[in-house]
Order: sequence, then structure tokens, then C-alpha cells
Amino acid sequence: MTTPTSQNHSTTALPAGTPAPDFSLHSTPDQTVKLSEFRGQPVVLAFYPADWSPVCGDQMGLYNEILPEFKRLGAELMGISVDGVWCHVAFSLDRKLHFPLLADFEPKGAVARLYGVYRHDEGICERALFVIDADGVIHWSYVSPVGVNPGAEGILSALEELQSQPEVK
Amino acid sequence: MSNLAAKSQLTLPNAKRDHLQGKIDAPIVLVEYGDYECPYCGEAYPIIKAIQERLGDRLCFAFRNFPLVNSHPHAQHAAEAAEAAGAQGKFWEMHDLLYENQDALADEDLAEYASALELDVPRLVGEVLAGTHTGRVREDFLSGARGGVNGTPTLFINGLRYAGRPDATSLFAALTERSAP
Repeated sequence: MTTPTSQNHSTTALPAGTPAPDFSLHSTPDQTVKLSEFRGQPVVLAFYPADWSPVCGDQMGLYNEILPEFKRLGAELMGISVDGVWCHVAFSLDRKLHFPLLADFEPKGAVARLYGVYRHDEGICERALFVIDADGVIHWSYVSPVGVNPGAEGILSALEELQSQPEVK
Repeated sequence: MSNLAAKSQLTLPNAKRDHLQGKIDAPIVLVEYGDYECPYCGEAYPIIKAIQERLGDRLCFAFRNFPLVNSHPHAQHAAEAAEAAGAQGKFWEMHDLLYENQDALADEDLAEYASALELDVPRLVGEVLAGTHTGRVREDFLSGARGGVNGTPTLFINGLRYAGRPDATSLFAALTERSAP
């Protein structure tokens, strides 16, 4: 098996070592989430093409199940797609998701563009993962073929690496 | 960054802890991460049975739990009931009954299957309700999450994730091709 990093499908995705661009997006109709508010802990950004993927244990459903492990590693998880906030609310309720879905809806895909993971032809996000460290720097990124659920092993390895790094400050 | 050898060790059967059908040193090793309430796992169940029959001694099959509890409300107790049956020596009998009755996996159904298998029913029910096997099921789940499971069922052939379709022809071809020297 090749490691996830060796089969990265986008050359434009922001690589490890880049400061993560800050953003503020709606998670519910009256709440916004600002990335920089999570300084001090790792953040996992999971860009995905669209809500309502039809398969059992789709990517967001899978991460929902693994969420306690992400939390144990001190990380916050956020899903991001270009779907609108009401669509996210319905999807999240239906799948009983316990983490926020952010609406990269207006201007459409602006945050995905900042991270280099917008598919211009289709107007959707790539299936892209970013693990951001406590200082707001991208520690690991990965873009999966859009039809392939990348699972969680890459995220878990990246978070474990962050945990095993000694505090610099 | 990740140690390839260590990672594939995760998805090879471990004689000390896994439920196995066949010998662990068989040339072909198939590990399934499954959920008893997942319809796709239900579809894979008879296919794997048929393949086991066809490959006989050449195949070792291991099953690990990967319950998607937010989508499937009965999956966790079903997994723990199979483990509890395993504690009484009848893991595979319960595993089969659960996949053959995927639409009836409430606690009372689990007790009925325990009774049909002539197990100690109060012990099995007690263990499920007390969460005796919760840790074991979680251990399976986390080994899958770390090993590359991205939904259910996920199959590993000799430690490598099988990305093809889980139909009989494709799976049989993958199993026999990978075992060739």
C-alpha cells in the first residue's frame, strides 16, 4: 500500500508548512466559525464535494464515528462544502453528525479557493484534508480522488505526530 | 511518514485476539471490517461464505467489528452479542445468525438467537448490557480507522485494502491473484 501523501491528486492544495488562511464561515444560520479562534489546538478541515452522499459510512459519517478519537488527540474537526447552511443543517440532523459543517457558499467556494482545493469546472470542493497545528500552520494535507473516501488513517497519523512533537514554546 | 510494515500488521489477523476461520498461516488471508446492521455487509456475507467454500484450506478469514453506531442503532449491541457468544465458544454461529437476520437486531432478538444457539442467555444478555465487550469492539474499530477502513464492509487481502467491488467474481479474482507467488 502506498502512503496517502504519495498519491496526492491536486498540485494546487496548500502544502505542509504553509500558514492556514484564516476564514469565517456559517455553521448554522445564526452561528459562524472562525478558524483563528481555535489557535492552541489542532484543527482538522475536511473539504468534501457535497452533502447527501448515498453510501453507508460515507466520509462525514465515518468521521462522526471516529470523532471521539480525534477529540482524544485534542483536535477539532470541521467539514466544509459549498452547500448552503440549511442543507448542512438537514444533512447533519439526518446523519446525526456531532461536528460542525461549514457552508462555503457565498462567495461560493471562496475558502476552498484559498486552500487550493476548488474544482472550477464542477463548482465543488475537492475531497481534501488539512491538519492544522496549534499555531495555525498546516501540518499535513491530502487530496483524494473525488470519488474515493480517504478514510481517517492519514488524519490520525498526522494528529499523533503533532502530539509526539515537543512543545516549542 | 507512516511505517508501511507496521500499518499492514494492523490489518493482518492476530491469532491471539481475532476470530478466525481457517489456519492463520493459510496462503490467502482475508480480514473483514463489518457492521451487522449494514446492508452492504449483509450483501457481502453470502459472497464470502461461497468464497470460503471454494478456497477451502487456502483461505483464512477473520472478522473484526466496525459498527457505525450513528447510522445503525442496533450495530453496537449486535457486535457485542457476537463477542459475548464468542466468550461461550460460538462467535461464528452468532455472526452468521446476525447476518441472516439483519432486520431483527433489537436486544430481545439477540436474546432469542442466544437461546437458539443454546447459549447461557442471562450471561450473554448481562454481558451486552454491562458493556463487557465494548472495549474489544472499540479496539477492532480503532485498528480499522488506523488501517484505512473507509466504510463497511472494508476487506483486506493479505494486509492490503481491497478497493474493488465486493461481488463474487472480482473478489475471487483478487484473492487468488494476490496469493500467487
